[in-house]
Amino acid sequence: MKNKSLVSITDFSKKEYLQVLERAAEFEKKTYQDLLKGRVISTLFFEPSTRTRLSFESAINRLGGKVIGFSDSSSSSVTKGETLYDTIRVVSNYSEMIVMRHTQEGSARYASEITNLPVINAGDGANQHPTQTLLDLYSIQKTQGKLDNLNVFMIGDLKYGRTVHSLLMALSEFKTSFYFISPDELKMPNEYKLHLRKKGLSYHESKELDNSIKAADIIYMTRVQKERFSDPIEYEKTKNSYVLKNEMLENTRDNMKILHPLPRVNEIDINVDQNPKAYYFKQTENGVYVRQAIIALILGL
Amino acid sequence: MKDKILEVSAIKDGTVIDHIPAQSLFKVISILRLEKNEGMITFGSNLVSKKLGRKAIIKLSDVFFKDKDINRIALIAPEAKLNIIRDYNVIEKKVVEVPDEITGIAKCVNPMCITNHEKIPTKFHVTDKKNISLRCIYCEKITDSEHIEMI
Repeated sequence: MKNKSLVSITDFSKKEYLQVLERAAEFEKKTYQDLLKGRVISTLFFEPSTRTRLSFESAINRLGGKVIGFSDSSSSSVTKGETLYDTIRVVSNYSEMIVMRHTQEGSARYASEITNLPVINAGDGANQHPTQTLLDLYSIQKTQGKLDNLNVFMIGDLKYGRTVHSLLMALSEFKTSFYFISPDELKMPNEYKLHLRKKGLSYHESKELDNSIKAADIIYMTRVQKERFSDPIEYEKTKNSYVLKNEMLENTRDNMKILHPLPRVNEIDINVDQNPKAYYFKQTENGVYVRQAIIALILGL
Repeated sequence: MKDKILEVSAIKDGTVIDHIPAQSLFKVISILRLEKNEGMITFGSNLVSKKLGRKAIIKLSDVFFKDKDINRIALIAPEAKLNIIRDYNVIEKKVVEVPDEITGIAKCVNPMCITNHEKIPTKFHVTDKKNISLRCIYCEKITDSEHIEMI
């Protein structure tokens, strides 16, 4: 993994996923470790993202490293018309790793071709956000004690949600049973179902968020966004059908945990937050340990 | 079909590209950069073909392509056949082959793709050679045969 860029979740192998998870568990036990003392990492956020940027910066700081960068492109030379190519070439001289988020899809892959430094993709448009997937995996492993033989329910926008696609790819390396619950307009794309068939994994599709969730080990909720619907009436009709409420969780398994990449709008009722099965805030904490692990492994520390 | 080519092939040495879909003729010319070729070139278009409906043909004197170069037209003329001519005789026949990777020919269909915003040659993995389907190595989106646009 040393010096390797992490642009897509499929850039890492199953073995590498497990290495990251193992290391993240060590950081969870002892999060302040001076491994990066005196070293500099760039965080280039061409598109603002408070949560992801702070999580990375917290991870770097806990490792004793220094952060340089910008939190949105208006405070960078992009406003002067500088190309991504030039920005990456210049920044390559200032640090030893680049963490970047950009609105354009493929930007992180392109950056990794320009620079000799490892690049960590912190989100390129609707394409990839691999550190989110690794923290999802960590959260699943931590709460279930395993990654094999789990029933994973993905609910909401399964068509456009990059987090569900990447998580599906990562979990397809394990013996997962998938359950997809979404409106017709937002079904899991065929290419992913085809991938599962090739891997010999089972999946079930449904439109109804009903008591089928009692079989779940993990419920992965996503946001159903208004702008995804061509017909606004259809949106009004569906928007309340994919909301998770406390009473729906009554007959679910004791080990079941609810994950969500956040931000949440209304798809998880706030009463659920008090339920011990709600895990989405703890999930963000895990993100820091996982990012510490990824940075340390890539820098060979 | 072979007889027909020989009938219209009056070149001594060179290459005949046959079975080009008629509507793709000018794209083929542009991809192979034939406008820069100084030798003799003959085109025929809208010729009747049992296989393609209307086909086009290009005859090039003293031009011999490398496989890598000729395979660039596979995206738009997947059935194209080459006849290599020496001294008025067909000495070799070739078919074009869709390569595994395609660089700098087709546009990525995704308007949010970095290749549509910065000056970068596009790069695709060919995921389906029969019903052409290209996966952008940058944004990872699929551009299928219906949506392929040449640069």
